[in-house]
Amino acid sequence: MPFGNTHNKLKMNYSSDQEYPDLSKHNNHMAKVLTPEIYENLRDKETPSGFTLDDLIQTGVDNPGHPFIMTVGCVAGDEESYEVFKELLDPVIEDRHGGYKPSDKHKTDLNPDNLQGGDDLDPNYVLSSRVRTGRSVRGFCLPPHCSRGERRAIENLSIESLDLLDGDLKGKYFALKNMTEEEQQQLIDDHFLFDKPVSPLLLASGMARDWPDGRGIWHNDNKTFLVWVNEEDHLRVISMQKGGNMKEVFNRFCTGLTKIEGLFKERGHEFMWNEHLGYVLTCPSNLGTGLRAGVHVKLPNLSKHDKFGEVLKRLRLQKRGTGGVDTAAVGGVFDISNADRLGFSEVELVQMVVDGVNLLVAMEKRLEGGDSIDDLMPEQK
Amino acid sequence: MASSFTRLISSRNTAALLASLGAGTMATGFLMSENGPLAADKKTKLYPPSSDFPDLRKHNNCMAAALTPAIYAKLRDKVTPNNWTLDQSIQTGVDNPGHPFIKTVGCVAGDEESYEVFAELFDPVIKDRHNGYDPRTMKHPTDLDSSKITNAVFDENYVLSSRVRTGRSIRGLSLPPACSRAERREVERVVVTALAGLKGDLAGRYYGLGDMTEKEQQQLIDDHFLFDKPVSPLLTCAFMARDWPDARGIWHNNEKTFLIWVNEEDHTRVISMEKGGNMKRVFERFCRGLKQVEHLIQERGWEFMWNERLGYILTCPSNLGTGLRAGVHVRLPKLSQDPRFSKILDNLRLQKRGTGGVDTAATGDTFDISNNDRLGKSEVELVQLLVDGVNHLIECEKKLEKGQDIKVPAPITQFRK
Repeated sequence: MPFGNTHNKLKMNYSSDQEYPDLSKHNNHMAKVLTPEIYENLRDKETPSGFTLDDLIQTGVDNPGHPFIMTVGCVAGDEESYEVFKELLDPVIEDRHGGYKPSDKHKTDLNPDNLQGGDDLDPNYVLSSRVRTGRSVRGFCLPPHCSRGERRAIENLSIESLDLLDGDLKGKYFALKNMTEEEQQQLIDDHFLFDKPVSPLLLASGMARDWPDGRGIWHNDNKTFLVWVNEEDHLRVISMQKGGNMKEVFNRFCTGLTKIEGLFKERGHEFMWNEHLGYVLTCPSNLGTGLRAGVHVKLPNLSKHDKFGEVLKRLRLQKRGTGGVDTAAVGGVFDISNADRLGFSEVELVQMVVDGVNLLVAMEKRLEGGDSIDDLMPEQK
Repeated sequence: MASSFTRLISSRNTAALLASLGAGTMATGFLMSENGPLAADKKTKLYPPSSDFPDLRKHNNCMAAALTPAIYAKLRDKVTPNNWTLDQSIQTGVDNPGHPFIKTVGCVAGDEESYEVFAELFDPVIKDRHNGYDPRTMKHPTDLDSSKITNAVFDENYVLSSRVRTGRSIRGLSLPPACSRAERREVERVVVTALAGLKGDLAGRYYGLGDMTEKEQQQLIDDHFLFDKPVSPLLTCAFMARDWPDARGIWHNNEKTFLIWVNEEDHTRVISMEKGGNMKRVFERFCRGLKQVEHLIQERGWEFMWNERLGYILTCPSNLGTGLRAGVHVRLPKLSQDPRFSKILDNLRLQKRGTGGVDTAATGDTFDISNNDRLGKSEVELVQLLVDGVNHLIECEKKLEKGQDIKVPAPITQFRK
């Protein structure tokens, strides 16, 4: 059943102006793009599953944003949201993804052989390597909108499929609501456990409903391949390991994803994908590849250099603290990852990270030796 | 269950085949026209109520105690005339399992009709919460004649302040969990227009939460009038914090003894208060103010939600009937140390809270003492109960001061039959 304030027909008793949200103090992509005209055009529409414009924008209305960080401010409730509400979402996507146009095509490339190098990032600097993405199962509503029945169906489907993985991918599922204290502690120690969202950005979109029903964590016995079920997306898929062998991480990532996709297809399901938006996920920021490839890397000298920000920008990389988004770096160790998601293929993005991190490490070594890095400054990618 | 499910959706195989042939957009087209985006009606067939029934095994709230798979199956696909559903009513109770010692309600109404359309759930919840009150057979008495109250001026050596609060909903507009922005703004408009008509000691001013100046905000905080965006997950999971602070505000009279919250947890919360022990005057102002506001909205064709089964209709079933909490801040240094304190309060049908309100601890020896009940007794009855109870507590305190012993009073009967 549809979730949230979906009595759309009742709202039509009021004029568009009377319903229009007050976005005067807001700073997010949705608030920048939404106009009274767009609101009026879209407010009587619904996706086939009943998701409405107000459902889409609620999180952006409730969270005015931050003067320095630009949040997206809207979420999809199902695959069709991106069609039915394209008048709003196309400009949001364009704004968020570096000018990506409604007519642009997104290339998917999950062939790890196309990655050049990446197996020898200097382990004296690169502490760990990780690639993550998300996948949505076609035909089901997304986390902001799904019913308990749908969410459980996705969980069952995931368990069935993941149980058939073998070799180094063989693993086990831990449902959030059933796990023992011991299992929970182990998952925390492995840094695998995800908890009920506390961010108001997520809560206001409705994705924490019925927690922890239908949520869980699957990982392989080697603890290098991990799948989150029904957190912010239907599936989040993560490949990771200590050290700098990004090639191996990406190999496993692609192999695992391809296998999982095949297993789902055997059960009559496919992932949400189209040639314009690539893989379709809940947040417009994760469209395309949904891919974040990153390393934890020691850059104590470079990070203090006044050109650090500029270098990252030109390499199309972003920095975060080692706790993830919105955390601070500890001890000169940064999480460095690709800034883009859409308009570049998976291989292209991982290549950017591999090449970029190699350059950052080279710069760090120069600065250690007291030498200049001016000749190493990259061009804007 | 998983395998029968996969059998149900095996028709997707065609789409999967098309997709694997590389005809991506064709497959999309097929799914979108056939069974991909499940229209709401198809979904109800594919997902029987049993597949949606919440897991309430770890839950301890009135909703979880009352909701059975049979009730859920019957009510899941119903909607109120405003399109509010059962799932929306119970979401807060599903998301908040509760506390082993405190039993929360676990469901809210989205509109007046929720209490009817979902009566099979709300009636047992009401019975559980309100000491056996049966909405199907009983009538709730409303009585706002403050002249009937006696002995309601307390000893100010003990009583520091007196307060009465209730809530009122505007008939025809959805309640805070369900209302659209336009409806919420309409509530604000109706109420603020009416309040502008108050005169004399009730004349006052409205402060919209979104428009107030820093100075106004600080003043309201100093007066202990300001309410903030709810943080309690009990409230946020019930969708009542949407669009904050749009159309929320505080109105108070110039004398700062009559206060109205607009669009917080209910359409309106009405509060009469003053320092000292003159509960008689507090309740008199309360009744007079409420009646005047009601008259002012009626002049414009509006009325409060009320019926003779449930009294005043509010968002949370715990506030039905009178929605009234009358209380004092009272010093009881000796009595509060006496092991019989809780039992005495119980029998007097009173509850204690810290002076910060619900879920706060008492500071020093000062307690917030108020009536437990809301439904099944009138406003006059409940205030008189509180008055008699507080007088009794003060008598106990005085006796203990003199070294005399006290007795636990007999329990007060529940309902007028």
